[in-house]
Amino acid sequence: MADVKLSGVHKYYGNVHAVRGVDLTIADGEFAVLVGPSGCGKSTLLRTIAGLEDPDGGTITIGGAVVNDLRPRERNIAMVFQNYALYPYLTVSENIAFGLRARKTPEIEIRKRVGEAAEMLGISNLLQRYPRQLSGGQRQRVAIGRAIVRKADLFLFDEPLSNLDAQLRDEMRTEIKRLHHEITTTMIYVTHDQVEAMTLADRIVLLREGQIEQQGAPLELFEQPRTGFVAGFLGSPSINLIPATLKTNGRDAAVVFQSGGELTLPSAKARPLASMDRREILVGIRPQHFSRAGGPLREGTVSYSATADLIQPTGTRTFTTIKIGGIDAVAELQAHDVSSHGERIDLAIDLNRVVLIDPASGLVIA
Amino acid sequence: MRIGRLPARKTRILAVRYLGACVVTLLFLFPVYWLFMISFKTPDEIYHVPPLWIPGQIQFSNYYVLFKDGDVFAILNSLIVAGVSSGIAIVLGTLCAYSLARFGTGGENLAMWIISQRMIPPIAVVFPIFLIYVYFGLVDSYFGLILLYTAFNLPYVIWMMRGYIVDVPLELEESALVDGLNRWEVIWKVVFPMVRPGLMATSVFTFVFAWNDFLFALVLTRTEVITFPVMLTHYFGGQSNFWAKIAAMSVLGTLPIFVAVSVMQRYLVRGISLGAVKG
Repeated sequence: MADVKLSGVHKYYGNVHAVRGVDLTIADGEFAVLVGPSGCGKSTLLRTIAGLEDPDGGTITIGGAVVNDLRPRERNIAMVFQNYALYPYLTVSENIAFGLRARKTPEIEIRKRVGEAAEMLGISNLLQRYPRQLSGGQRQRVAIGRAIVRKADLFLFDEPLSNLDAQLRDEMRTEIKRLHHEITTTMIYVTHDQVEAMTLADRIVLLREGQIEQQGAPLELFEQPRTGFVAGFLGSPSINLIPATLKTNGRDAAVVFQSGGELTLPSAKARPLASMDRREILVGIRPQHFSRAGGPLREGTVSYSATADLIQPTGTRTFTTIKIGGIDAVAELQAHDVSSHGERIDLAIDLNRVVLIDPASGLVIA
Repeated sequence: MRIGRLPARKTRILAVRYLGACVVTLLFLFPVYWLFMISFKTPDEIYHVPPLWIPGQIQFSNYYVLFKDGDVFAILNSLIVAGVSSGIAIVLGTLCAYSLARFGTGGENLAMWIISQRMIPPIAVVFPIFLIYVYFGLVDSYFGLILLYTAFNLPYVIWMMRGYIVDVPLELEESALVDGLNRWEVIWKVVFPMVRPGLMATSVFTFVFAWNDFLFALVLTRTEVITFPVMLTHYFGGQSNFWAKIAAMSVLGTLPIFVAVSVMQRYLVRGISLGAVKG
């Protein structure tokens, strides 16, 4: 068990500045997910923590000890790789025991721990097989087994589910979450998949171009994004960003779409905007904050009438493309809220949860 | 009717193919067969007209002479020189290849430069080497030949092994480093098992190169470490050729290669095709 502390970590690849002064503290037992688009430096950061890359600046502390000059094997960490990294010439049992044998653990202890790990992951019946005889999901279980038998201070996962099909990915995600509840070791998990990040993390660390864009609890990032990038990265379908102009009048404020039409903001949202009359902004409305209007509108909710364009039912919900402020926006409605293309629908938009972004700085202003 | 005829046609094609394969095999095996038969014949039988397909009785006097005169030591010399030089070239070459493949040692072009050493016609360097060897007193010694064959095999080993090592997924090595191995253990416990077929195939080729070398052995040996190909030439006289000895010696000289290839056959096919697929 160990906490992890990065301060001012830099990493260059030739002229590419892959990690730009990252400061990050991960508490003992925490499940931290590093997420971001490809090339944001998340894998590099993980590999630097593992010792597979040397940082070009800054310090890395694991369990209170600076590990910059320690080799990977001296850091007492376990790592699970995207391509499983199973040794094809060893059986499942030998693969799981590999790290223990490397550390000269007594054979009796090895057998006991391999048995326990296999039991925990439900692969006891596969121990004598070779990796080529396993499915993708089974292979990833073995890779996780190899990590947990080590009883390491810190677990690192480098996109472990990327090679699995969607259904298996959901299954393994649940298992990894359960695993963390059972063994409560500090875990750092890298993914580009925001659903994985949201569902697994105690804390999401969202990276962009080698820097931390925002970090915090999953719902905190989702509901209170600091920047337009964070708002756009988290959530599926993505948040709708609609260009508009602010119109303020004393305590009241409204957004006026460039193609015409305006929405009056609730007073809580309007308060910080008093001095921003005529500012160009981006209005961020999540697809989930649209609903079919019916009955009286709640406080902060406005009605909006639109024509349904594309309709994409998913079974539980139906994604409907509508025009708002001159652009195509997606509204996530109940399964049977819309039935046909071209249908006129009355929608309610929850403006309490709208996000207003300054397009120049990218920062969320309200 | 058509459906019935189709398999018959296929069978005919197959039969013709097999027949062709048999003819080619016989054609290629015939010299080997003839070599073996001569080695068991008496001088009379060797020069018999018309040629005798099978000797009257299998007799080993041709081999006996080789053992009695000590000529077989040439085989032993070849075994020592080829075996030791291949072993050294494989160990050093694999380590160099690892360094090139994983650490990018020497930049992008070093590997190409190394293999280009192999493109030099040996005859172009044999006399300078001879003079150097005379100067350092290396002529007619095991050490001299082993040194030379190692030097000539190294570029080949480095080039081949580099290709095989590049194909080993890097994650396997990284995983082992995290799990507690040091770099040497990673090479031994992860890289070596992964490249074994390629390593075996490369070993066979380096051994065969050293075993078959005639030019350097001829120039750089006198009496002490005569190798098998050089010994063979002693049987070709100005007046007459000792066909019985030539045949018996050739059989003895072919056997180690035959054994090596048979033992390694499993790896040879995989090793060669690994390299081929890699492109």
